[in-house]
Amino acid sequence: MAELAEKESKKKGKKKRRKKMSTRVDMTPMVDLGFLLITFFMLTTTFSKPQTMEINLPVKPKGEVVEEQENALKASKAFNIIVDGENRLFWYLGLPHEPLEPLTETNYTADGIRKVLLEKNSSIQDMVVLIKATDAAVYKNVVDILDEMNISNIKRYALIDITPDDLEELKNLKQGE
Amino acid sequence: MPKVKVARKSTAIDMTAMCDVAFLLLTFFMMTTEFRGDESVIVDTPSSISEIKLPETDILNVTISSDGKVFFNIDNKNFTRERLLERISEKYPELQFTPEEERAFVLTGTIGVPLAELKGYLGLEENERKMYSQPGIPVDSTNNELGIWIMQGRLSNPNARITIKGDQACPWPVVKKVMDTFQDKNVNKFNLITDLELDPNKLKGL
Repeated sequence: MAELAEKESKKKGKKKRRKKMSTRVDMTPMVDLGFLLITFFMLTTTFSKPQTMEINLPVKPKGEVVEEQENALKASKAFNIIVDGENRLFWYLGLPHEPLEPLTETNYTADGIRKVLLEKNSSIQDMVVLIKATDAAVYKNVVDILDEMNISNIKRYALIDITPDDLEELKNLKQGE
Repeated sequence: MPKVKVARKSTAIDMTAMCDVAFLLLTFFMMTTEFRGDESVIVDTPSSISEIKLPETDILNVTISSDGKVFFNIDNKNFTRERLLERISEKYPELQFTPEEERAFVLTGTIGVPLAELKGYLGLEENERKMYSQPGIPVDSTNNELGIWIMQGRLSNPNARITIKGDQACPWPVVKKVMDTFQDKNVNKFNLITDLELDPNKLKGL
């Protein structure tokens, strides 16, 4: 309508001339929308992929005999860690009934188990760490110990069931407190 | 003295450049974003110094919540979940699923119900399913359904990596049972999902 009126008013005048229109478009709403969507995607996106720790368990032996042989082999080189509930941690060297070094309590700090591990790892050749967790232990404790293996760069370790002997020793130690 | 006249300037700013940047970022975020499936359990994972990243697909995940419930999840790359459900109903002829239930299984994330309750669980409305507190998959030695899920999950996607996502506070015996189940099914290599923690050895180097 506006255009029509314009035409008529200029009819008798000079040559018809098109009004120069600006080519600029108001981008503000578009930018608004753009940033709205950006914020949405930025808030919903997850950049951090989860970290993982790899674990290899031994193939389950089919007989009991194998286990005894293993124990006999390891006796002098076995470093045992017992993970207990209430964030308590114990270690001993050797076999449960005849330990080379008796059951000792330690903790999860750098001066605790890490120091012992580093010491023993340098003094004992081919040391094998046996990690045993009692039923009271929580998952975090065990992961912490597995992590400790990575930190101290110990390649030979095993996650095994706790034996009745170990539990007995642990009970005795706790009673003595 | 003549008055100094301030030239009146237009307040309009050229928005084109800003618009370009905005849309560039927008496309970037749209391309990289990946929507998370709904997770019915909240798990606070322990931390470790390990820096291995997990891929996003080919994952068979066993989640253990802080109260010791076990959940199973597998991603749906190449229709793994459809095949998994088919295998389950092949193995258990009493468990037959309608197409609606099948779709519900594909869309739902973590499964934490015994097989006997699976049909009922999938039959729920989507909202109800989210609200439903799942009892967890049985892992007892007499009734180890997790073993079935792992077996069938591995058959459905042989390339799947097996991961355990455990809560910090979950009791060790449950994790032990899950690991024993893995060993029974000849899964001797698996990953534990952890948060990142600073490596003290690297700290020394700084």
